[in-house]
Amino acid sequence: MKIAVCLKQVPTREWQPRLLDDRRWIREQDVSYEMNEPDAYALEEGLRLREKHGGEVVVCSAGPTRVQQMLREALARGADRALHVEDDSLASTDAFVSAGALAAAMSDERFDLVLTGLQSDDQGHGQTGVVLAERLGIPHSTIVIEIQVQAGTDGSAGAGPGGAGPVAAIRVKRELEGGWFQWVAMPLPALVTIQSGINQLRYATLRGIMAAKKKEIRKISRPPGLEASQQILSLALPTRTKHTEMLSGSPPEVARELVRRLREEAKAL
Amino acid sequence: MILVLAEQRDGHLNRASWEAVAAAQRLAAGGPLSVAVLGGSVESACVELASAGVGDVLEVVDPALEAYTPDGYVAALAQVIEAAQPSAIVLAHTYQARDFAPALAARLNRPLVTDVVGITDTTEGRTFLRQMFHGKLVADVRPTGNGPFLITVQIGAFRADQMRTNSTQSKIVRTPVVIDRSAIRQTPEAPFREAKQAVDLGQATRIVAVGRGIKSLEQLPVAQALADALEAELAASRPICDNGWLPMERQVGSSGQTVAPKLYVALGISGAIQHLVGMKGSRTIVAINKDADAPIFEVADYGIVGDLFEITPALLEELKK
Repeated sequence: MKIAVCLKQVPTREWQPRLLDDRRWIREQDVSYEMNEPDAYALEEGLRLREKHGGEVVVCSAGPTRVQQMLREALARGADRALHVEDDSLASTDAFVSAGALAAAMSDERFDLVLTGLQSDDQGHGQTGVVLAERLGIPHSTIVIEIQVQAGTDGSAGAGPGGAGPVAAIRVKRELEGGWFQWVAMPLPALVTIQSGINQLRYATLRGIMAAKKKEIRKISRPPGLEASQQILSLALPTRTKHTEMLSGSPPEVARELVRRLREEAKAL
Repeated sequence: MILVLAEQRDGHLNRASWEAVAAAQRLAAGGPLSVAVLGGSVESACVELASAGVGDVLEVVDPALEAYTPDGYVAALAQVIEAAQPSAIVLAHTYQARDFAPALAARLNRPLVTDVVGITDTTEGRTFLRQMFHGKLVADVRPTGNGPFLITVQIGAFRADQMRTNSTQSKIVRTPVVIDRSAIRQTPEAPFREAKQAVDLGQATRIVAVGRGIKSLEQLPVAQALADALEAELAASRPICDNGWLPMERQVGSSGQTVAPKLYVALGISGAIQHLVGMKGSRTIVAINKDADAPIFEVADYGIVGDLFEITPALLEELKK
């Protein structure tokens, strides 16, 4: 099975936001970056599927030069090769442009299965995966927590590199709201967006890091004709809208005061 | 005209649909509004919407829409939108909207602004507020171009109780669509719940949520007792569910559920932004935490700095009175 995993590089969780003077984007020179967390789970899922069903895992990213560090990390964890759509403008663009750039780089590869995280920890549009499926003309399913590969007619799972081979399908478990789940079956090729926490992430071994140095990162330039569908006019720190009433005293005192206020002021009981 | 896409399952309207109507009214600023409902049979949902009198109800019925699929919904909605020519399309940011709205936007080549928390009027026109970087920043975003665009609104950001209803019933308009069943590539199975006592936190009136401060699985009954006394559902922040102490469906936050109950009691939750985005729309928030600097206090209405193992029993005593 030929698997693509789309990765985005995002600021680390510890990052404290600082803005450019025009307030339209963050000061990137202050930022340390990491692999978007849901994407890391998508990568792990891709590696596990390859271990089970054979094939290759190709990691794909649209972003500035810095994303090579993340691609190298993914190769060290076990991905076979990488595609990098490289352009500085891709650092802060919207999902339509990211998906368009990825689609242009990926369409000739004819992947059987494309995995992405369900959303990014930076702009968090939650769109890139689904828009990419639409651009590649393949079906999708989102917020997936389990993937089962159903074998093709001759018992093999998916087409081999080159695209020829029996059509196989996948059955994925989607998370719905309120503790509901649903299985959805789709023919391959297909795209699936992955929920965080669905597997246990592996880390790169020393051997993996050494091997990654010899693996290919193919650079592709940003395709022409992609236009952003939305613009960030300004960024701001969230304003605190609430006045917090701090209650103090002994536990019985604060308990009495809280219950009184919840009954009388907030009418929440 | 602003078009709202309501959501129903088994004929029951998702409560968040009313929030989408409230947001659409804000966007329409007195102008006309329509609400579309899709499904195999959606009569009761249409009647419910029509009786609110918020605008024409477009009944989009087809056997191929009986079970939700993104391909079926995108095919149907592309036709509905083509026929109705709305200036904007508004949806609640539900799991279903997250599954199909980006595909619909891509198919129509129209902008989609997701998870909107506010609408602003500026000299440059209408803009939309949405959180970025896990809520560390708020962005003011404008869809490109003058044509129609789509927005999804964050659960709890627009209040259903602020929706303006009208005593005059709205019309229900049958809106025909042609769906090629062979073009629907997803084959869905029936939704199911895993836990015996599964819970829809989104519908809960009160929630007691626990975080790392609960320390161990053995201490969980402390929080459960408070939940029982408050007639609340028990929920948790991510680390508790990752440890397997509570099932994943009880997780509140960006990777779990977004909730907006009447009362939210946070026990030993520090308030990582990933958690806050899931609960800060709650009407009244109580935070009990040892650390006075915990970010949870920034969104709380009532804060108590102290040991939850001392305060919770005292609360239980007080609630008995």
